[in-house]
Amino acid sequence: MPVAVVVILLVIGSIIFHFASPWWFTPLASNWGTIDDTINITFWVTGAVFIIVNLFLAYAVIRFRHKKDSKPAKYEPENKKLEIWLTVVTAIGVAAMLGPGLYVWNDFVHVPEEAWEVDVVGEQWRWSYRLPGEDGLLGTSDTRRVGPENHFGVNPNDPNGQDDLMVTSNVLHIPIDKPVKLLLRSKDVLHDFAVAQFRVKMDLVPGLVSYLWFTPTKVGSYEVLCEELCGLAHFTMRGRVVVDTQEDFDIWQAQQMTFAESQQIPAADPMIGSALYGVCATCHGSEGEGNLALNSPKLGGQPEWYITRQLHNFKEGYRGAHKDDLFGAQMAPMAAILTDDAAIRNVSAYIGTMSQTPTDQSITGDIARGQDMYMTCGACHGESGQGNYATNSPRLSGQEDWYMKRQLMNFKNGIRGAHPGDLYGPQMASMSRMLRTEDDINDIIAYINTLPNQQDNQIAAMTQGDH
Amino acid sequence: MIAVLIFMTAAVAISYWWLWNQKIMEEPWLTEGAEVDLREQTGIVPKSAKSGLIVFLAVVSSIFSLFISAYFMRMSLNDWLPIEEPQLLWGNTAVLLFCSMAIHWTARAANKGSNTGVRNGLLATGLFTSLFLIGQLLAWQELVEQGQYLQSNPAAAFFYLITGLHAAHLLGGMWVWLKTTLRVLAGQNAQQTILSVELCRNYWHYLLAVWLVLFVLFLST
Amino acid sequence: MAYVALADREQELSHPHSFLTKYIWSQDHKVIAIQYGLTAIAVGVVALILSVMMRLQLGFPDTFSLIHPSEYYQFVTMHGMIMVIYLLTALFLGGFGNYLIPLMVGARDMVFPYLNMLSYWFYLVSVIILMSSFFVTGGPTGAGWTLYPPQAIMQGTPGADAGIILMLVSLAVFIIAFTMGGLNYVTTVLQARTRGMTLMRMPLSVWGIFTATVLGLLAFPALLVSAIMMAFDKILGTSFFMPAIISLGEQTEYMGGSPVLFQHLFWFFGHPEVYIVALPAFGIVSDLLSTHARKNIFGYRMMVWAIVGIGGLSFIVWAHHMYVSGMNPYFGFFFATTTLIIAVPTAIKVYNWVLTLWQGDIHLTVPMLFAIAFIFTFIHGGLTGIFLGNVVVDLPLSDTYFVIAHFHMVMGVSPILVVFGAIYHWYPKMTGRMYNERLGQAHFWMTFLGTYSIYLPMHYLGFLGVPRRYYAYEGIEFIPQSAIELNAAITIAAIIVALTQIIFFVNMTWSLFKGKKADPNPWGSASLEWQTPDTPPIHGNWGPELPTVYRWAYDYSVPGADKDFISQDTAPSDTAPETNT
Repeated sequence: MPVAVVVILLVIGSIIFHFASPWWFTPLASNWGTIDDTINITFWVTGAVFIIVNLFLAYAVIRFRHKKDSKPAKYEPENKKLEIWLTVVTAIGVAAMLGPGLYVWNDFVHVPEEAWEVDVVGEQWRWSYRLPGEDGLLGTSDTRRVGPENHFGVNPNDPNGQDDLMVTSNVLHIPIDKPVKLLLRSKDVLHDFAVAQFRVKMDLVPGLVSYLWFTPTKVGSYEVLCEELCGLAHFTMRGRVVVDTQEDFDIWQAQQMTFAESQQIPAADPMIGSALYGVCATCHGSEGEGNLALNSPKLGGQPEWYITRQLHNFKEGYRGAHKDDLFGAQMAPMAAILTDDAAIRNVSAYIGTMSQTPTDQSITGDIARGQDMYMTCGACHGESGQGNYATNSPRLSGQEDWYMKRQLMNFKNGIRGAHPGDLYGPQMASMSRMLRTEDDINDIIAYINTLPNQQDNQIAAMTQGDH
Repeated sequence: MIAVLIFMTAAVAISYWWLWNQKIMEEPWLTEGAEVDLREQTGIVPKSAKSGLIVFLAVVSSIFSLFISAYFMRMSLNDWLPIEEPQLLWGNTAVLLFCSMAIHWTARAANKGSNTGVRNGLLATGLFTSLFLIGQLLAWQELVEQGQYLQSNPAAAFFYLITGLHAAHLLGGMWVWLKTTLRVLAGQNAQQTILSVELCRNYWHYLLAVWLVLFVLFLST
Repeated sequence: MAYVALADREQELSHPHSFLTKYIWSQDHKVIAIQYGLTAIAVGVVALILSVMMRLQLGFPDTFSLIHPSEYYQFVTMHGMIMVIYLLTALFLGGFGNYLIPLMVGARDMVFPYLNMLSYWFYLVSVIILMSSFFVTGGPTGAGWTLYPPQAIMQGTPGADAGIILMLVSLAVFIIAFTMGGLNYVTTVLQARTRGMTLMRMPLSVWGIFTATVLGLLAFPALLVSAIMMAFDKILGTSFFMPAIISLGEQTEYMGGSPVLFQHLFWFFGHPEVYIVALPAFGIVSDLLSTHARKNIFGYRMMVWAIVGIGGLSFIVWAHHMYVSGMNPYFGFFFATTTLIIAVPTAIKVYNWVLTLWQGDIHLTVPMLFAIAFIFTFIHGGLTGIFLGNVVVDLPLSDTYFVIAHFHMVMGVSPILVVFGAIYHWYPKMTGRMYNERLGQAHFWMTFLGTYSIYLPMHYLGFLGVPRRYYAYEGIEFIPQSAIELNAAITIAAIIVALTQIIFFVNMTWSLFKGKKADPNPWGSASLEWQTPDTPPIHGNWGPELPTVYRWAYDYSVPGADKDFISQDTAPSDTAPETNT
């Protein structure tokens, strides 16, 4: 008896939960209202079945439960008429859901001819986009051509590709009310391009090009989430689609670099950089060795691209602008001295030539525990903390431990990596939250302290050469 | 997935046909008493081991048809370069044919009760099977000499994988063959070996059939 | 006479004498069943603990220093794989299949007892290999239970070296174990049924387990094939599934393979696998409902046809797991249609269960409570399956919490409720003692209500669009704070459910020694396993002569009969049973 009452209560409770739930589809921002309609049809049909069958179940249990004077059960092996009738009704109900579903799917499969195309590229663990240039055509591309100089693997001999716009940030802008076909490619593993408000999603599969299409109908900024497990940092692989008015879109589009331009950027000049570095040397030291007293981190050993990005972030106020970031606030005006991109690249190139200096170690902790935790860090920063351009991860080994600790705290507390302009900082902020306590941080840094720094590597290489 | 779907359709069709014959339409509440079923009606009561082998061969067929499906699907991708099958495979096919004939003949000898027949038949089977396995190894070697390694191209990888799997099944069969042969050499009566020999016979015939399918597949692609 | 020989033939049972051969190296199907069952439950407890760890992270993201992203993905993977394969498949087929088939069809044992023993030992080895991956460098694989390449074998995924290889080896060993067991179950049903046990007189439990075994025998090869090919790609550098890709910035040697090919092979196994778990549950729950409602199962023939129909159809629906996988989108039309067609026989089964209760004489015993709860959760899980099977509805919902909620409801909670119901139901036969009713009731209520309160809200996270397999959700704008709080509530419910299982273990252990002595047939069940001369049945199951079957397994409340059930081996007239001369 109680079980029947509970079944009834659960049915009622589920209905109440459904109507009271604040958790429901995000407001639609694309043409796929038909998908929502199909879901609603499915919801009503299945909801009705859920209520009817369960209430009947409860009623049967109440009515025919065993009592002292209850009648024996009825011997009724089958009832052909009833069974056929139920089968037919079920089949009709199923068809009522399947029909509209297939109809809408047909729309999804057939991309409207007027749709424009965007190349969406996924990799561990970031998004980037390529837009057709003035000719409206995307050049061919190949994963085999991908490298630091050619992010999208564009075929340099393809005339269609020269004017393609390279959007290496994870933010894509698209104009409103214009159907867009996203060509989805992956450089490494499976990913999935999903924007909740657009309703459609599709996997990115290395080796082939998949697609999806939609027409954005609402101006706004929408998050792109990777929804196919793509490795350790899967949950930090996020991007953004901004739906603009046509005018705003045109402005944005005009700012993007073409493939041809990206191939013609003059090489940075460390000689010019060395002159600019004079100012930096006051705090960071002439060999970039850092200075604890002045809270200046070591620079030597860090790769050029990382210094460039951080200087850029400081200059634009993406880093060092948080009110609690006291030391970052000191760096921000210094970065502002560098007048343009070329200056930033030159000084970074000079810093990139510096080698690492010996490190003072001040933090101790449980190294074995740190090593366990470092497994997560190593996916991006490298097993020996050497850093990795492809995952946007700086070098850790040989870095001053007091500096790493401060930065981990900053990331964790939302002081660094929280600015929307900081493209990859949020990933580190997300990851840093796995360090719950100060002990966790100390342990992991104690382990990083044991990793070979650049000098050790050079010595090792030299001694190997002797043999 | 076409190949495996064809196999599954056949497997499901056979199962349904069999169920149909088992009176799956009857209304069991209307029948009472010690009803006879198909097993007794037809008088055909295969040994459990034999039906077990049939079920096992269905499993093996599933494996091979999945590999063949994977082969076709991988073939449709654009880096597939057909390999030149070693001519030796023709010879190996003939040897495998002899294996089947030898074990078939052994089974007949066992049923006739001929002890020497069984012994000679088993030895011949073992000889031919070993020859086939060595032949397959030589064929691999020929491919290696052509410069076709496992990694060099998917056609080669599939060739090594599928032929290796087929050979592994034969090796498994050789285990049963070895046990039977040792028993026979120790003087076991032909009558007592009937079941083992017949199981071997069915298994060898089956692997011959699989090989012929694979051989045609390799030659035609 | 010939007939008895038929069923009794080849049953040269060697009665073991020492403890070792009786309980460890046993060839008795009942001992093997219990070995299988205990191992599966033990490994299931590991998976349950892993899930609690995951829930702690999801519910209270900044609180517990227990679990880091790499471990989170390893736990996700191991939890899924263990629950689906090493617990549910092994428990339903290796456990219940082994125990019930010979008893229900009237055989002395499985037809190949030695193979049956080997099956268990191979299974144990596969479990040990799987567990050993927790102790190797890099830990177990964190590729998700679907093990999709390229990710599964690339750096950037936890356990991409030793972990994934151990996983593949363990799966291969499991498949060998399953095949050895499966050959036994199928051949026993085909060959060793006792006199009079026609197919249409078999209890639905046997039908469900038998069909599931056939599915498993045909479908597990797909997993084996994909595991072999993936191992080749990983170890020998072939490119079956691996296209030209970059690994964390470095170009690789791989060339031209197809990850989608793996998915086709995997789901060709993966979808039948759902039914490998579901069909035994369907069968067993039918028997529980019929016995405890004192009424024949309604529409027995339809139930049988539905089981074999679902079994056949389950091979042509696999790609509904791949609607957003980048495969040719036209396949969507075909697979959505086949998937929704399979809903029809499944719905018929649900109707028939409910109609079995209608006009019954329902005894609300603990097994019956679990069976009723199963109907409820299965309706819920089945209906949400229609969302995901309908290709276009799947677009917004796939890879969200809706999927998690759906499959946990339909192949987690529902089969587990049946497992519990079945254990309570057959406990008196297996041990000779009754379980404790109060503890059983407590266990039921906490499990049923607890699991529903875990998974009902989870569907709504899915509607919202919360993605699955995320270690943390902070910073996603469309996920409101309330959803984070909901996650915390779900975690609390999950912990309660996990702790509740202690009640179950206490009940089982306590009753084993202190439980009330059970009648040989406490439920008044008509099927054959309750008619054994000894309780618990001894090696060989039956007395000197095998039972003869005269009727189907559902003669409950037959008008005009003395008792409210007539056991299958009761001869038609009231005279003594016919002798076999």
